[in-house]
Amino acid sequence: MPAIEIKNLSYTYEKEAVLENINLTVEEKDFLAIIGPNGGGKSTLLQLVLGINPLQQGSILIFGKPSKESLYKLGYVPQNTNVNIDFPIKAIEVVMMGHISKKRPLFGYGKDEILCAMGALKQVGMTDFADHKIGSLSGGQRQRVMIARALCNHPQILILDEPTSSIDITGQRDIYELLKTLNAHMTIIVVSHDISVILEYANKAAHINKTLSFHDISDKHSTFHTHGNDAHFCEIELLQMLGTEHCDTCK
Amino acid sequence: MIEALAFEFIQHALIAGILVSFATGIIGSLIVVNRMVFLAGGIAHSTYGGIGLAVYFGLPIFLGASLFAIGAALLIAILTLKKRDRMDTFIGLIWAVGMAIGVILVDLTPGYHVDLMSYLFGSILAVSTKDLYFMAALLLLIISVVTLYYRDILAVSYDSEYARLRGVNVRFFYTFILILSALTVVIAMKVVGLILVIAMLTIPVYIAERLSSSLFAMMFLSGTIATLFTLTGLWFSYAYDLSSGATIIMVSALSLGLFLLFPYKKT
Repeated sequence: MPAIEIKNLSYTYEKEAVLENINLTVEEKDFLAIIGPNGGGKSTLLQLVLGINPLQQGSILIFGKPSKESLYKLGYVPQNTNVNIDFPIKAIEVVMMGHISKKRPLFGYGKDEILCAMGALKQVGMTDFADHKIGSLSGGQRQRVMIARALCNHPQILILDEPTSSIDITGQRDIYELLKTLNAHMTIIVVSHDISVILEYANKAAHINKTLSFHDISDKHSTFHTHGNDAHFCEIELLQMLGTEHCDTCK
Repeated sequence: MIEALAFEFIQHALIAGILVSFATGIIGSLIVVNRMVFLAGGIAHSTYGGIGLAVYFGLPIFLGASLFAIGAALLIAILTLKKRDRMDTFIGLIWAVGMAIGVILVDLTPGYHVDLMSYLFGSILAVSTKDLYFMAALLLLIISVVTLYYRDILAVSYDSEYARLRGVNVRFFYTFILILSALTVVIAMKVVGLILVIAMLTIPVYIAERLSSSLFAMMFLSGTIATLFTLTGLWFSYAYDLSSGATIIMVSALSLGLFLLFPYKKT
């Protein structure tokens, strides 16, 4: 059963088509990169998958069920993690926000929740920072805490929106290495601008600009010609290749 | 100085000062972390309309002010949710129109010469026993709500988008925070007045925010700092015969100035 199955999805906002007839299947343990220009509909697609916006046309199934019933299987890391930096909150409290449970103590936090949050922090290598104020962490560390928050509920699919947009280059690598480790036992979907980095880690890519074109890129070297003699891709070339035009590897 | 404590109105002033300080400390923390200071200012000023309402219809002042303040809070909540991008304009409107309604209703009340200044700038030496009960009841309500719903309030305040995703009713808590702010403004009216209340909701809170590593600690610390400022302000106002509300605010502002001079370490 595919992790996510999107069929004939269209979405209009104020009479303007944002997404047109999107079909996308994400298999379990895929590492999918969603790329495309700003305003191309990437975020809208995420919002539909996460159930933030209601569906207009088409269907989204998560492990065979409508997304409303399986939201708990999704972990989400929102785009901007630099909001509210002055907020007096410890890393562990942020992580515990990700915990969903019907039963909860009248005051404070339950033992199981604290254990669960510490486990999630351990997965992202931030155990030592559990009691640090969120504002005192670096951008990369804060992003790890946000990933831990998404992991807190043991999701089967982890969705990240521009996870490295506010992090320096080394930090970005670290985050992607972390995602690669997590990919061993969960599906990862990353919306990103950092094309050359993401393509080293992703095994599938979807380019969205109102419509979607899909690429299996598990074997990168047969798919792309690298630019120059280092293994870096030229982003413009890639965008052209991955866009609908000039693309002979599609279908 | 000590002999002053024998007077009932001084005792009332002290108790009111402490109750209101903790209410403004807790609610002020929520207002500041949710970036609602301007909203609270709008509610506070428009509450003057409630004074006019109470005077005109012969209602108790607290009742008229509370009803009007809650109305303003609801209006602001609706506008925030519907017209987010033009919110500042609408809040400015509510701010001034509320006050205008108050002035006109007082004008229309025959033979009544209300002391406007006491509502705008506070009259802590005229706190009645009934006022104290109202203040205590509100503080109790605030403490129980914040304790029982701490996690939801924390989630909504820190990251409302994520909270919504996790099934927290963001709109409800947002509106609820505004209503509690409105009621807090009403009780703080007696201590520092409707115009000066905004300083009480922000200055102690700002200091506490920097010193705290959790929202809970920030609320408690804000309340404590606010109490300290209020009592010091009251002492100065008594000793030098100055207006109590303004003196409390000046003590707070000077303390903030001193606080900012010292470098602090982020923990």
